[in-house]
Amino acid sequence: MAEMLYQRDVYGKALVELGKKNKDIVVFDADLSGSTRTSFFAKEFPERFFNFGVAEQNMMAAATGLASCGKTVFVSTFAIFAAGRAWDQVRNSVAYSGYNVKIVATHAGISVGPDGASHQALEDIALMQAIPKMNIIVPCDGPQTREAVIACIDIKGAFYIRLGRPKVPTVENKGKFEFGKAQVITKGDDVTIIACGIMVNEALAAAENLAKNGIKVRVINVHTIRPLDNDTILKAACETRGIVICEEHTVIGGLASSVQEVVAENNPVKVLCLGIKNRFGQSGSPSELLKEYNLTSFDIEEAVKKVIS
Amino acid sequence: MVEEKDIKHLEEKAKQIRRLIIEMLAKAGSGHPGGSLSATDLITALYFSVLKHNSKDPKWPDRDRFHMSKGHCCPLWYAVLAESGYFSVDELWTLRQLGSILQGHPDRRTPGIDVASGSLGQGLSVSLGMSLAAKLDKKDYRVYCLLGDGEIQEGNVWEAAMACAHFKSDNICAILDYNGFQIDGKVCEVMNLEPVAAKWKAFGWHTMEIDGHNMKEILSAFDEAKKVKGKPSIIIAHTVKGKGVTFMENVCDFHGRAPTKDEAEKALKELE
Repeated sequence: MAEMLYQRDVYGKALVELGKKNKDIVVFDADLSGSTRTSFFAKEFPERFFNFGVAEQNMMAAATGLASCGKTVFVSTFAIFAAGRAWDQVRNSVAYSGYNVKIVATHAGISVGPDGASHQALEDIALMQAIPKMNIIVPCDGPQTREAVIACIDIKGAFYIRLGRPKVPTVENKGKFEFGKAQVITKGDDVTIIACGIMVNEALAAAENLAKNGIKVRVINVHTIRPLDNDTILKAACETRGIVICEEHTVIGGLASSVQEVVAENNPVKVLCLGIKNRFGQSGSPSELLKEYNLTSFDIEEAVKKVIS
Repeated sequence: MVEEKDIKHLEEKAKQIRRLIIEMLAKAGSGHPGGSLSATDLITALYFSVLKHNSKDPKWPDRDRFHMSKGHCCPLWYAVLAESGYFSVDELWTLRQLGSILQGHPDRRTPGIDVASGSLGQGLSVSLGMSLAAKLDKKDYRVYCLLGDGEIQEGNVWEAAMACAHFKSDNICAILDYNGFQIDGKVCEVMNLEPVAAKWKAFGWHTMEIDGHNMKEILSAFDEAKKVKGKPSIIIAHTVKGKGVTFMENVCDFHGRAPTKDEAEKALKELE
């Protein structure tokens, strides 16, 4: 049984670890430090932690000002507020000026669960991807969260790292995280499944079942949405008969859109997308919601069969 | 004590800055003269008498920071930067042209500009970030931020106002260019701000009100702000939109319209 971790726990611990080594790391939160786990850093380094209260716009622009003076600023709140409420500040201050502001947004996606639609960011990747030069990472599990947070420090500029709320199983045998380089987790030449975030586990479960029926699936974890690893995607488009893309996000402007652009422009193959389709979220348990919105391994299996039929 | 000759020097400098603003806008054919001219005396005094900076070393870590939150008035910023030696005055004639270091709204490609602006309401937050950096690094540089009166209708400004007081950012001095006009008309008619001073006071700020065209009052307000401990300061500067060019003064049209060639000639005559 795979280890289950909260990505935000891992994030909070990574911040503390980084804060010890690097005195220029400063952390901002907007009254959600307990949930985002920036509270770990606040406890260890109170002088380098600033709580902005429920005022995300101010927080984002202030992060830019602080980063302009040479600091690396991690800014956390829920994804719906980071990407939605403060979008103009993220565009015009954070990204346009391009300093080291690393937005780590938690509680993204439908798996937020019972809080319902207002708190389920299903369009945050699209909002961030529309902004030039915004680097975007969607780690698939706990350990990858740590790798992404560490990696973003050495790369200049603005980042958006998307984390979920629930515990997620650790994905095994995926290899070392390399920014901008997709991970081919299983080999296969029949169909490709491209996924990010918690959908990687669902994809692997689907692949395992399909293998029993003799369908060999290549599962690719595209943890970096920007810059997108076009080469790995195109290689899969060439070598397999079709692609199923899965993301816990609207199919507009996220992973699905980006992969389809690359494929359509270079090597059109049959593509099916599993994601949120023109719907708001709603209350429910994460597993109920994943089922309701057709984001389970079963849905992926069906899509794979459809692609090769 | 400020000497009479220093005041005279600043007044002359301000006149020169106004000339550059008019010439640059006429050449560009678009831009915002009204609010550039109303804040000219304030920002001239700041750059040529108050601000600790070095145009030969724009990234000097200990420099005072200035951020123009009302970014549309960047012709003023560009003129003082050029006059301070950050780049050649000839660059001013490229304003708003493709490939220019002088964009229509402030951008980091301009030497002397640290953070982009233009989308109103964010600059006081940016300044707060700079002020926190000074405190973290135990440096004594100060942070100045120019706000427009129409601009403070943005909610973000009040989030920042609350936070600056909360973090006791006494190294921040905001300057409100209260010229009374915004694009659609008089500020008091579009969206009344009054009582402005009481609002800032209630948010925990040391609040001063001055005539924003009186050099003596401007310098003494900057001086007073430096002495305030434990809270941020704001200078509410009562100004005249389009100040210095009679046919532009208090004329809303010149908020966002550049002078024509003829208008520019007429304006420059007044500013001789």
